[in-house]
Amino acid sequence: MPWWKALLIRVAAIALALLVCAVVTMLFTGENPLNVFSAMISGSFGTSRKIWALLQGIAILLCVSLAVTPAFRMRFWNVGGEGQILMGGLACAACMIYFGEVVPNWVLILMMTVSAVVAGAIWGGIPAIFKAKWNTNETLFTLMMNYIATQLVAFFCNIWDKKGSGIVGIINPSTEAGWFPVLGGQRYLLNVIIVALLVVFVYIYLNYSKHGYELTVVGESEKTARYVGIKVEKVIVRTMLLSGALCGVAGLLLVGGTDHSISTTIAGGRGFTAVMVSWLAKFNPVVMILTSFIIVFLERGSSDITSRFGLNKSFSDILTGIILFFIIGSEFFINYRIDFVHNSEKEAK
Amino acid sequence: MSEKTPVIKMRDISKAFGSKIANDKVWLDIYRGEILALLGENGSGKTTLMNMLSGIYFPDEGEIYIDDKPVTIGSPKDAFGFGIGMIHQHFKLVDVLSATENIVLGLPGKLDLKGAREAIKKICDTYGFDVNPDKKIYEMSVSEKQTVEIVKALYRGAEILILDEPTAVLTPQETDKLFNVLRAMRDDGKAIVIITHKMHEVEALSDRVAVLRHGHFVGDMLTKDTNAQEMTNMMVGRPVVLNIDRPEPKDPKPRIEVKNLTVRDMDGIIKLDNVSFTANTGEILGIAGISGCGQKELLEAIAGLQPVESGTVTYIEDDGKREELLGKDPLEIQNMGVALSFVPEDRLGMGLVGNMDLSDNMMLRSFRRGKGVFADRKSPHKLAEKVVHDLEVVTPSVSTPVRLLSGGNVQKVLVGREIAEAPTVLLTAYAVRGLDINASYMIYDLINKQKAAGVAVIYVGEDLDVLLELSDRILVLCGGKVSGIVPGRGAKKRDVGMMMTRLGGSKDEK
Repeated sequence: MPWWKALLIRVAAIALALLVCAVVTMLFTGENPLNVFSAMISGSFGTSRKIWALLQGIAILLCVSLAVTPAFRMRFWNVGGEGQILMGGLACAACMIYFGEVVPNWVLILMMTVSAVVAGAIWGGIPAIFKAKWNTNETLFTLMMNYIATQLVAFFCNIWDKKGSGIVGIINPSTEAGWFPVLGGQRYLLNVIIVALLVVFVYIYLNYSKHGYELTVVGESEKTARYVGIKVEKVIVRTMLLSGALCGVAGLLLVGGTDHSISTTIAGGRGFTAVMVSWLAKFNPVVMILTSFIIVFLERGSSDITSRFGLNKSFSDILTGIILFFIIGSEFFINYRIDFVHNSEKEAK
Repeated sequence: MSEKTPVIKMRDISKAFGSKIANDKVWLDIYRGEILALLGENGSGKTTLMNMLSGIYFPDEGEIYIDDKPVTIGSPKDAFGFGIGMIHQHFKLVDVLSATENIVLGLPGKLDLKGAREAIKKICDTYGFDVNPDKKIYEMSVSEKQTVEIVKALYRGAEILILDEPTAVLTPQETDKLFNVLRAMRDDGKAIVIITHKMHEVEALSDRVAVLRHGHFVGDMLTKDTNAQEMTNMMVGRPVVLNIDRPEPKDPKPRIEVKNLTVRDMDGIIKLDNVSFTANTGEILGIAGISGCGQKELLEAIAGLQPVESGTVTYIEDDGKREELLGKDPLEIQNMGVALSFVPEDRLGMGLVGNMDLSDNMMLRSFRRGKGVFADRKSPHKLAEKVVHDLEVVTPSVSTPVRLLSGGNVQKVLVGREIAEAPTVLLTAYAVRGLDINASYMIYDLINKQKAAGVAVIYVGEDLDVLLELSDRILVLCGGKVSGIVPGRGAKKRDVGMMMTRLGGSKDEK
């Protein structure tokens, strides 16, 4: 199929989705759908603060999506992004709490970075080692690791919280030790730049490096990989170390660059949303910029309209659901051509 | 036979996939009580044509008549309604179910396994099938699975049976058994179409042959009125020489020395038992044997892919230096400077990556040669273009995934890559399986060129006639043991066949 036809199908899908959304909105709320749509857009683009919040949301989701993509290319279904982010964030927060006033700030940020990357990599590496050695099911394994990570974070939150509510407040509020520097007056700019660099890195890693080629071959056929002397076990573990490490970076950006705090909900389901972002982009890091934008835009826009029009909170989920249904559904028409074949029995009559 | 009326008439059938025309205004008649062999090169549209009869594809143009009535076959269900059953190359059976359960699976009406079993027994007795209705599919050999597929088609009332390359996976004995069954079915008045490449099978089995070339119908004739040479010429469209060259080896020297090699599989079953032989430079060592007699394990052990219980595999360099290959993986063997090329039996599952394009598949051998952390992408692209040009690979471009190519072209890509490595040892397993005559002869020619260049070639084959014509020496395996090593020149097919089934051959007859 020529690229323009595929593009046309996708554009048509989005247009149809908006139409259905409009009808649903009118039927159930009586609001003018155009107002709702414009509210959605202004919810994301209305003010420069909103635009930066949108960019920040895209950056974090994109970071996690980039992280799971090498594993997916290898057909290793890493759904443990959530836990790997949490472990990265936890390690980062620990550094901020225990070394905040001990070492110079640049040393602290370096320590945070290294520990977050290592913690994420370990969390991703454990299921990989089990997969490589004993062929365990990576989907279940990485999923289980999420729960362990959540409980670990809850445990440390209780230790670190001095008031006994189990909630860690802003860490180092007065010294701002370990907080990412604010570039050009924008506190999210550094996050955006880091993730932009990661896009380039992952793109090159997957498409031009020897490692990237090896993991693709392993994903397609382990037998072929062994036949040309690729060490399958090594590639599985190496790729998941990278995948976990990049999730750890997402944790670092959340704790050190955004929230300056830690909680069990800090990953916010991004470990799972990233699966969709990565698949929709067919594992292409550059296309993921677009797919993560669509997802974040929908989430922000629809939550904005529920508050502005005083709608039920589920209504935004309904709209998001409708739009995603059409976007994902359009892939069917891109991958398959539909022929209408006559049924012989009908014709015989 | 001229007074017979055809049960199926296909008229002006055309089918295109995108811009590729698979069938162009094809005419074909199929008669009751007759075995029709459908001949053609790879990609000539035989399978497509038959898939339109069995309801998998729908023709773009043309008419199909059954008993002179025009019909529309829109789905496999329609096809069954007309009594058309097709046995595909890849079986469509559920592994964990028994033969009976598979046969009745998906049929309407109440589930009556007992009645079905009786009916199946009756079908088996009528035509001489040997199948246990209660055996699970995963416990069955390939030949048994095929039998289940055929019985399934008959159980569902097939009067017209289409078999797509049924013998590609069978041993000679199993093939004979299948042919007897097919003859019994023909004598019972059923119409049978068999797609095959093997000329001697066409001559042995069929009553009539129809030839396709590049999607066109070339002609049909009675088998007894034609011969292999004429049929081949029709398929290829020009005269083809059906002789395989066998030049004398030039200055053969030992290259690979295998001693007392013993291999067990994962279940502890002996696959190779104390195997010893030497492969020489500039020589083709043919390996003959019934399938599953250790051929695969032998090649994979030499290539560093098969764990070995005991024995040695020694590589001997030109200057007489000896190096042990066992215990090393393919990468370590390559790093030792041993240029060992291997064309495995499982082309798309082992030798190539089906979803990758031609260039990326060329990279499998060479990607490590890139600078630093980057893979080299330019030279594989050039190599892909060279292979496409030199070996006449039919492909839209070098960026087409290889799984979309036909079997012969896939094999050309694989062999082309392996030969491009300038090997000193070339291992090939069933190099021409599923390939048409033209592609097969091209592969024989390539192998002979390697031999002339001083490569030690080990050729595992299933077609004894070819092995006898091509090999300088033939090693016969029987149940994982060396049954004997005979010179290729002057070897008798009968003797080698006996050695395949009994260690040392026909001792007790002497």
